[in-house]
Formats: sequence, structure tokens, C-alpha cells
Amino acid sequence: MHAFANPARFLRLARWMTPLFLVCGLMLAGGAMAWGVFVAPADRLQGETVRILYLHVPTAWLGMGGWTALALASLSELVWRHPLAGVAARAIALPGAAFAAICLATGSIWGRPAWGTWWVWDGRLTSMLVLFFLYLAYLALADAAQRDGAGASRIPAIFGLVGAVNIPIIHYSVLWWHSIHQPPSISIGKSAMAPEFLVPLLVSTAGFSFLFGAVVLMRMRGLLADQQAETRLRRKAMAA
Amino acid sequence: MQYEALNQWHFVAAAYAVGLGGVAVLLAHSWLAMRRAERRRADSREGGARGK
Repeated sequence: MHAFANPARFLRLARWMTPLFLVCGLMLAGGAMAWGVFVAPADRLQGETVRILYLHVPTAWLGMGGWTALALASLSELVWRHPLAGVAARAIALPGAAFAAICLATGSIWGRPAWGTWWVWDGRLTSMLVLFFLYLAYLALADAAQRDGAGASRIPAIFGLVGAVNIPIIHYSVLWWHSIHQPPSISIGKSAMAPEFLVPLLVSTAGFSFLFGAVVLMRMRGLLADQQAETRLRRKAMAA
Repeated sequence: MQYEALNQWHFVAAAYAVGLGGVAVLLAHSWLAMRRAERRRADSREGGARGK
């Protein structure tokens, strides 16, 4: 992992990975959306609204996966002082927040015809809303830490680790508490979903994962470029 | 008895508009922020070269 600790080496990789991730993501997500809307069958119970699945589920998984990656990057920053880990954690926070918000919005839109309500304060929905607020708090903390100097960067990293407690709560909420939300249909190695629904869902997840990765790479490149410009300007100001 | 007639396709269209619109805004914002930061870095480099 430390082989990629050098920002120059990372930037060389990121320069060709960013367009690759973007193209793969747009093609896979676009294809899966068209498949889900125009080709996949309607569900026997949920009718046409089941098509929201191909957008709602990948954004939910990536919202949760985003915080897991943010927590791992925070751990790497705190324990191994990996120079890119803090940048990676900061870069993940905004797409994570956006995907959590999209998951909440599409879930609410799906809930109205499926459950007869836009929102209900049950375990799954509430813990997902908490995840969205955690992302916003992380973004505010990371901004404040950047203004206050390098020493303060440990605070968002600690917050990133502590916030990871919410991820198993989201996952198990539908099993621990009586919930209006359905229990998980897919777990590692098995699925209760018919292949007509499962295949476009997996393609859509792959596509959105590439798009998430492209956003993280773009944000990391931007943050590193800002840091380098700042360092140069400070050096020039001191030399003047 | 009163009941609401819901057109399911309206909900599907609304969900896709919100979701795909959100992802498009996120991609555009991240791309522009990256380009702006890289231009700023290039400007600081050129400014440094001119200073020498």
C-alpha cells in the first residue's frame, strides 16, 4: 500500500484511471438503467415501481461502502500515517453524502406507492439518515481541520472511525427491530432475487461503483493540486 | 370511499430524475473543482518560473 504513498506516483496512475472509470461507469450504469427501465419485467407485487431498485440499492450500498472506505482510510492515516489516506478520506466524504442522499430520496419516492407513506421513523430509514448527517459532519470537521493546520487532521480521522459504528447498525436494523423495510434479499453467496432482477442490479452496482471511484479520484487530484499550489505560494511568499 | 389513483411510472420517473440528476451534478462539480485546482497549481508553477 505504501508503494502508492508517493503523491507523484498516485497522480500518474490517477490521470489514466479517472477517464477509464468514468467511461466504464457511464456505460455500465447507463446500460443497466436502460435495461432496468425498458427490458426488465415488472414485479408481481410492486408492479412498475420495482424499477427504482436499480438506482436505490446501488446508492445505498455505496453510501455505506463509502463510509467503510472512509473509516479504513482514517485508520491508515492514524496508525500508519499514510500520506494519501487523509486526502482519500476527504475525497470519499462528498460522493458518500451524495449517494446517501440519493438513496434516501429514491427510497422515499419508492415508499409512497409501496408503503403508502413518504417516510417512517423506523430503524433502517433513521440509521441511513444518521449516516447522511455523519457525512455532513465529517465534511464540516475536515474543512475546519484544514483551516486550523495539520495537527487538527486527527480529529476528522477519529470521527471517521467512530462513525463506522453506524454501518452494522444500518445493515442489521431490519433484523434487530420490527421494520417496514424489507429484510436483505442478497447476501454473500446467495440471493432470494430472480435473475431477471438480479443481473441488471449487479451491472448497475458495478457502474455506480466506477462512477463513485471516478469522483473520488477527481476529488483526490483536486485536493492534491490545491495542496501543491498552496505550498508553492507559501514558499514564494517566504522567499519574497 | 375515496382513494388515490397512483400512476406508478410517475414515481419511477421522479426517482430516476432525482438519482441521475444528482449523480450528474456530482460528476460535473468534481470535474470542475479538479480542473480549477490543477489550473491553480499550473499558475503557481508558472508564476514561480517567471519569478526566477
